[in-house]
Amino acid sequence: MSDAAVSEPSHVALSGVVRQYEGPPAVHALGPIDLTIPRGEFFSVVGPSGCGKSTLLDVLCGLARPTSGSVKFEGSELHGEVPDGIGVVFQEDASMPWLSVRQNVAFGLRTSGLPEKEVAERVDHAVSFMGLAQFSDHYPAQLSGGMRQRVCIARTLVLRPRLILLDEPFGALDQQTRLLMGDELLRLWRETGATVLLITHALDEAAMLSDRVGVMSARPGRFIDMVETGWPRDRDSRVVSNPEFGTVTARLWSSLREESLKTMGRAA
Amino acid sequence: MTRRRAVLLVRIAVLAGLTATLEICCRTGLIDPLIVIPPSEMVASMIDRVGSGELDESIVNTFSTIALAFVLAIGCGTLVGALVHRSSRLRDVVDPLLASYYSVPTFIFYPLLVALLGLGKAPLVVLGVLSGAPAVMISTLSGLDSVSPVLLKLARVHRLSPARTLWWIVLPAALPRLFSGFKLALSYALIGVIAGEFILSGTGLGFAISFAYQSFDNRAMYGLMLFVLLIAVTANGILYVWEGRLARRRSTG
Repeated sequence: MSDAAVSEPSHVALSGVVRQYEGPPAVHALGPIDLTIPRGEFFSVVGPSGCGKSTLLDVLCGLARPTSGSVKFEGSELHGEVPDGIGVVFQEDASMPWLSVRQNVAFGLRTSGLPEKEVAERVDHAVSFMGLAQFSDHYPAQLSGGMRQRVCIARTLVLRPRLILLDEPFGALDQQTRLLMGDELLRLWRETGATVLLITHALDEAAMLSDRVGVMSARPGRFIDMVETGWPRDRDSRVVSNPEFGTVTARLWSSLREESLKTMGRAA
Repeated sequence: MTRRRAVLLVRIAVLAGLTATLEICCRTGLIDPLIVIPPSEMVASMIDRVGSGELDESIVNTFSTIALAFVLAIGCGTLVGALVHRSSRLRDVVDPLLASYYSVPTFIFYPLLVALLGLGKAPLVVLGVLSGAPAVMISTLSGLDSVSPVLLKLARVHRLSPARTLWWIVLPAALPRLFSGFKLALSYALIGVIAGEFILSGTGLGFAISFAYQSFDNRAMYGLMLFVLLIAVTANGILYVWEGRLARRRSTG
C-alpha cells in the first residue's frame, strides 16, 4: 500500500480547521489548525488538559465536522463520516463486555462482507499480534486494563487501517505497562506501515514514540511548537537512555509549561 | 462455589424448617386446622385439584392472560422507555411520575376497566400491563443510560447503521438492566392478573381461590394458593437462572 503513497503529498491534511461549540456559552475549542502528516509518520500531539486534543481527534476522523476549514484524508475531504481506512482507539475502555476477546476483535469485520475464512485469519493474526492468543476465549471482565486496551487495538488492527488514531490509549495504565505498550505500538506501526497519530498527555511517551511531536496551546488549541525527534525507525522504549531524549523532552516541556500554567490559572 | 452451595443449603434448610414447624403446629392443634391446614394437606389438595382436570380451563385462562400481559408490558415498556430516553425534556416530565408510580395501587382502576372493557380477558390484561410496563420503562431508561458513550462512538467509527447500532451495541450493553425490568414485569403481571381475577372475574385461578374462600373450602383454597405460589417461583427462577448465565461472563471469575 505504500507504493501509491510516494507521489502523495500528504496522508492527512488539515487547513484552517476551527471547531466551535454553539453556546450558550459558545466555546471556541480548537484552531485554527494547519497540519499535514506524511504517510507512515508517527505523529504525537501533546497539550495541556482541556486544550481540545480529543476534539482534534474527532475532527480528524470525521466524527465531528469542523466549524470552518477542511480535513483531507488521502486527498479527499471528510464530511462528518468516518472514512474507510481510519482506525480509532479510544481513551476509555471500549471493549464489549458481552463478547469474548475473539468476538470483540472480529467485531471490526462484521460488516466487512469478507469470507469467513479470511475473517478468521485476520482475527487470529491480530489476536496473536497483540499477545492475546491464550486469552481469546476470555471475556473483558476477566482481563486487566492493559489487556482490554490490547483487545481494542486488535479490533482496530483487523481492519488494516492506513491511519490509526489513538486518544490517550494508555492513560489508565501504570507506568511499566505504558512503556511496554509503547513498544507494542512501535512494532505495530513498523509492521503495518500505517500512519499513526497519538494523543497523549505524557511528554516522555510522546518523545519516546514519535517522529514528530506537535505541542498544543491552551484552549482554543493551536500548535505552538513542532519538535522533530530524529529517532531511527526501528526504535523501542530504550530510546529513553539516549541523551537526545532528555533534550526532546525538555523542549516539549519548555513549550508546554506556560500553557499548562494558563489552564491551572483558569481552573483556580 | 462451595460458598454458593452452602448458602443454598442454608436457604433450603430455613424453608424446610419453617414448613416443618407449620406442619407440627397444625398437627398438634396449636394452630386451628380450620384456619390453616398442614402443608402436607396443602400439597395433597393441590395434587387433587390440579389432577382432577376441573381447573384446566382456569389454569389456561390465567396463564395465557399473564403471558399476554407480560409480553405487552415488555413491548410497551421498552418502546415507550426508548422514546422517552430520546427526549431529555420528556424525560424531565416523566421521571418523577415513574418514580412515584408504584405508590399508586393500580387495582383501584380495575372496576373502571371492567366498566369500560367488560368482564373478560381484556381488563385483566390491561391491569397486568399497567402493573408491569412502568417497571420495564424504568429499567429501559436506566439501561440506555448505562450504555457507555464510547461504545456509541465506536459504532460511528465502524459506520454502523442505526438498526445495527441498536442490535449490536445498545441492546447487549443495556441487557443486564433490561433484564431486571423483565423480571419485575413478570412478577407484577402475575400479581395484577391474579388479583384482578380475585376481585371480580368469572374464571381463572384468582377467581377459583376467591370462590373457595367464600365457600369456606379451606382445603381447596390452600391447595390453589400453593399452586399459584409454585408457578410464580418457578417462572421467576427460570428468568433468574437465565440472567445469571448472561451475567456470569461479564463478571470476573
